[in-house]
Amino acid sequence: MAQIIVVTSGKGGVGKTTSSAAIATGLAIRGHKTVVIDFDIGLRNLDLIMGCERRVVYDFVNVINGESNLNQALIKDKRSENLYVLPASQTRDKDALTREGVGKVLDELSKDFEYIVCDSPAGIETGALMALYFADVAIVTTNPEVSSVRDSDRILGILQSKSRRAEQNLEPIKEYLLLTRYSPTRVKNGEMLSVADVEEILAIKLLGVIPESQAVLRASNSGVPVIMDQESDAGQAYGDTVSRLLGEEIPLRFVTEEKKGLLKRIFGS
Amino acid sequence: MSILDYFRSSKKANTATVAKERLQIIVAHQRGERGAPDYFPLMKQEIIAVIRKYVHISEEQVSVQLEQNDDNLSVLELNVTLPERN
Repeated sequence: MAQIIVVTSGKGGVGKTTSSAAIATGLAIRGHKTVVIDFDIGLRNLDLIMGCERRVVYDFVNVINGESNLNQALIKDKRSENLYVLPASQTRDKDALTREGVGKVLDELSKDFEYIVCDSPAGIETGALMALYFADVAIVTTNPEVSSVRDSDRILGILQSKSRRAEQNLEPIKEYLLLTRYSPTRVKNGEMLSVADVEEILAIKLLGVIPESQAVLRASNSGVPVIMDQESDAGQAYGDTVSRLLGEEIPLRFVTEEKKGLLKRIFGS
Repeated sequence: MSILDYFRSSKKANTATVAKERLQIIVAHQRGERGAPDYFPLMKQEIIAVIRKYVHISEEQVSVQLEQNDDNLSVLELNVTLPERN
């Protein structure tokens, strides 16, 4: 049986797709057979972040409607043996995702894969609800900013009431916080909520902190998940996140301000 | 950050603290409504409307809360601050 991981947030633009791509790639690199699914029907973007946009032939909705089989729609990643992408459709309406249809596809994928990463769309409409419904683990992607934290709390409420595990009174979904776009300098200056602040408000286990980083845009520009850039702070932070997801205990990095030299202090950066 | 900023930044308020306080309030409020049934907001409004027929009060003077205890017991708590009589 595969473990189903939903990357969700409520709010848009916080880094769900970036994180889905990075985490799925990280799991695959470590030898786990992984598939990442784009649930954002009508606004597909995971394919771009994964760099496989020109290889999309069939999509998730085609499979649900029986217009293609899974193997025709799955795109094998160029970089990792163990990684596959199931793209969202670009044209159909959101109602194309039915609980039965999604459940059937996930069941079939469960036979072949160890991890199924579901990249949720923003909002709390059908696509987002379908992405989280079957989840075993939820990675709640949050920016240290008021609207994102509030929306994350809303999503936690939905995970606890509208998911399969909630409805069937099973063991609850494991909820993890992934704090993205973190700026230690701004936290130090009292301009940004700290890791501890967000942890205290949302009261869920911290999985990782990804620093605000120029590497993320560079990665999306080139269609290579940022975790592949192990020189970068964000790439390393995602690496740590994947390790923790796999049960390793490692200390947080990139949460304190980096030391500046005397010249930088005087003349600015 | 240059040396000049050291003098400037000391005056700025700590906005992160403000954010945290605001969030704690709104999140507590959100969680209060979490397990509530769908009809709850409408029922709340109707209760307020009924009280208003008799007493002149504003919406902030009424708090309606649903408390769920562990042992399958829900308590509907209604608090009305009545205006002072002259």
